[in-house]
Amino acid sequence: MIPLDRILIGSLLLLSMQAATAADGQKIFTQGGENPSAMACMSCHGPDGLGMAAAGFPRLAGLPAAYVSKQLKDFRDGSRKQPIMEPLAKALSDAEISAISATLAAMPVPPTPDTRRQQMATDPVESLALYGDWSRGIPGCVQCHGPGGVGVGEHFPPLAHQPASYLAGQLDAWRDGRRSNDPNQLMVGVAKALTDTEVKALAEYFATRASQEAAK
Amino acid sequence: MNRLLLTTLTLFMGGVQAAPIAMEDQSQLKVAPASTPASFKPPAESELPDNAFGKMVRDGYALFVDTKRLAPEYVGNGLNCSNCHLDQGRLAHSAPLWGAYPMYPAYRKKNDKVNTFAERIQGCFQFSMNGKPPAADSPEMTALSVYAYWLASKAPIGVETPGRGYPEVDKPAQGYDIKRGAQVYQQQCAICHGDSGQGQKVAKDYVMPPLWGKDSYNWGAGMHRINTAASFIKHNMPLGKPGTLTDQQAWDVAAFINAHERPQDPRLVEGSVEKTRLKFHANDGVNLYGQKVDGVLIGQGTGG
Repeated sequence: MIPLDRILIGSLLLLSMQAATAADGQKIFTQGGENPSAMACMSCHGPDGLGMAAAGFPRLAGLPAAYVSKQLKDFRDGSRKQPIMEPLAKALSDAEISAISATLAAMPVPPTPDTRRQQMATDPVESLALYGDWSRGIPGCVQCHGPGGVGVGEHFPPLAHQPASYLAGQLDAWRDGRRSNDPNQLMVGVAKALTDTEVKALAEYFATRASQEAAK
Repeated sequence: MNRLLLTTLTLFMGGVQAAPIAMEDQSQLKVAPASTPASFKPPAESELPDNAFGKMVRDGYALFVDTKRLAPEYVGNGLNCSNCHLDQGRLAHSAPLWGAYPMYPAYRKKNDKVNTFAERIQGCFQFSMNGKPPAADSPEMTALSVYAYWLASKAPIGVETPGRGYPEVDKPAQGYDIKRGAQVYQQQCAICHGDSGQGQKVAKDYVMPPLWGKDSYNWGAGMHRINTAASFIKHNMPLGKPGTLTDQQAWDVAAFINAHERPQDPRLVEGSVEKTRLKFHANDGVNLYGQKVDGVLIGQGTGG
């Protein structure tokens, strides 16, 4: 005879497993995860998932699912440091991370300027964004992040429609070692080669160009 | 009906028939070792005059960095000139245009011919771009040549300027290993070029170039040589982290990449890989064309 409490625990486990597999990304976005510590994404990242520029909270809408999953898992195991996101990500289950990543990836994003590299840039900031500065080993941002910073594949996230304060914050974090979860350490070297002025100017460049395009 | 089909077929074949190859000899010229420091500085954009010459340079520049989109009729794959000539043809040890332009016209002993710079660029289009060459007097060729000429401003003519080409990386004592190369590829290259060398696109344009398959360079391109690819890789890859691979890793991964199928060599002799190997590949650096790897003949082409 199986004791009742064991049956209860068994059913509870089953139930929670079902809940986990059926994690609802939309619900996590608007209301939060099963664990109350996993607060709703939209309360900081905005109801449209486009971030809150004033606070430097990044855009999540339209980010590749694999990129978001990796970041959340990195926050969870501490390989990406961020005081707000770390405890929050720790409260999310694997299934919830998959679900929210898929939901965010499917959210609409305003258009990104189709800035091509074919115009010789006269402005030094645009020159750095499009072509880089090879005397310092810096590739152009768009060479990996795509035309206009639209993002390429799962490893090179969009720069367009990210708040300038977020972009500058991340570049600074790479420069002083607070962020180091870039695959193959592709970003850290580039960030370290930039000056303070360039970090600010590039962040403004991608944020402004994209918002101008969206306002068209 | 049959006749109609035949005519259409003939017309079609006429359309795809390879243009005559002006620079048949694609074997490599000797390049100075990287130990010679490159000091040549090409002119800056700000020095460009605001006149017809300046406009022509800009046109050539645009073609150079966005070749596939701007000149689709000449490009048969997914590549741009700037994929192999980094920093818009300016970077030393990345086959800069300022290093190439002053070396032409060039005499080639092998076929006892003098090739012009335009013919050299035609070679790029036929092999590296797997396409059709623009005519020597076409606006595209003029623009590309003017861009190269401008970058080479004040460079000595007929002299090897240090930084030219991809400086040779000596073949490691233990040769190369394709299986080890596969590991290097997955660890260092796949993040950009994809798990199966397919590159990465945004919409329909490649941002990161395909390294093999139908949209990559063909079997006649200089990059199909393992030694040339190893040199390019060692000095330029991963992008932004040049010189981080060992010579051995560069050779291994170059061999891995160049053991994959790609479009056929447009100089194909009588439909025979073996005849083509004997004529064009047997004495052209280190390459796998026409050889067997794990029992499979390399160089059959992707058919596209």
